[in-house]
Amino acid sequence: MAGNKVAVEISKELYEKAAKFIEENGGFKDVAELVEFLLQEAIASEDEGVELSPEDEEKVKERLRSLGYI
Amino acid sequence: MVPRPHGGRLVNRVLEGRRRELFLSEAKELPRLEVNIERAIDAEDLAKGVFSPLDGFMGREDYLSVLEEMRLQNGLPWTIPIILDAGRDELTGVREGDDILLSYGGIPIAVLTVEEIYSWDKKLHAQRVFKTTDPNHPGVEATYARKELLVGGRIELINPPPNPLERYTLWPIETRVLFKEKGWRSIVAFQTRNVPHMGHEYVQKAALTFADGILIHPLSGWKKRGDYRDEVIIAAYEALARHYYPEGVIVLSVLRMNMNYAGPREAIHHAIVRKNFGATHFIVGRDHAGVGDYYGPYEAWEIFKEFPDLGITPLFVREAYYCKKCGGMVNEKICPHSGEHRVKISGTRIREMLKRGELPPPHMMRPEVSKVILEFDNPFVE
Repeated sequence: MAGNKVAVEISKELYEKAAKFIEENGGFKDVAELVEFLLQEAIASEDEGVELSPEDEEKVKERLRSLGYI
Repeated sequence: MVPRPHGGRLVNRVLEGRRRELFLSEAKELPRLEVNIERAIDAEDLAKGVFSPLDGFMGREDYLSVLEEMRLQNGLPWTIPIILDAGRDELTGVREGDDILLSYGGIPIAVLTVEEIYSWDKKLHAQRVFKTTDPNHPGVEATYARKELLVGGRIELINPPPNPLERYTLWPIETRVLFKEKGWRSIVAFQTRNVPHMGHEYVQKAALTFADGILIHPLSGWKKRGDYRDEVIIAAYEALARHYYPEGVIVLSVLRMNMNYAGPREAIHHAIVRKNFGATHFIVGRDHAGVGDYYGPYEAWEIFKEFPDLGITPLFVREAYYCKKCGGMVNEKICPHSGEHRVKISGTRIREMLKRGELPPPHMMRPEVSKVILEFDNPFVE
């Protein structure tokens, strides 16, 4: 573990495939970044990255109701 | 599942309550920069998370990185610069670190903390963003008309600019709450600046077949002459939804954002913005966000290959046509019949017919939609 990072193990074959994907498509600086991105995509919760108190959420719903969206 | 906002965090830079009052009272003392409606709309988009993770107008490093790499300095995909221009005389006495007040029509819109004032090369900007320096391109023309300096810095919104379509405008936080409330996990976003014809309906329904819901997201903001007026587009879609969509599968909402006509770069931009609204998929049409013949018909599809890390899935949908032999709307992937049986659904032809006050044939446009459009005295931007 270094800083706030932890190590995970994946098969060498998959690692090499991922490295080749990055070489061909870009978008990620290394395999770790690709793995982190894919995990985020797969398991991020609905509200992640969205700061909204229950009161504010109710205010949003109130506007949506008044406009007929819900 | 509703995706995380681009860059991981939905930006909120809207001042409320006592903080807003405080800013408003201090704002009177600040140097004032009067902006046009396009920049006021940018400020609101920045403050309300449409451009997350951006929380202000771009500084030089991000700007140049977007021009050259189509990514922010931190590597995150971003293709259209979000920049604030100003004249040298308007910035007299303003230094980096100062707060300035952005106003529109004399009304305070936002406070900007100046992080950087820098010059730009409009020709380079045009070449990179629009792939042309031809002043006949509407985006290039607008670029050349902008002022000589750029101001980068975070903003805080005091008042949103006037929005005649406020009743139809939802912001990212609102669509995200709405999708959650509806229990939608796969949401297709459809970008448009046109009234719906049969080709659009076909594409939307093809995508909707595999998704929980569709966000019909017409763009309101600066448009070129001859485009459909915003209220016409809304009315036309309402008619289509009322007559031809089951209840509860469409969210029709206006996206208050400027159109650049930057073709492939703008297709990526439109996708990123829709990700911030909570869409999981984005329909990319033929010649998406193009104008004239500045871009190849499928360039806006090709560019997505460069962004495996976008975080929203593009749906490349072929142009639809009516096939007399199939007896319905199809595309070349699912219809084996030759050209003589095909009727192209031409937006230009439909526009000409509507201009003459004629109803387009029903295989081109739903009569309920045509009638609504013809009820307007002038459906087009002058």
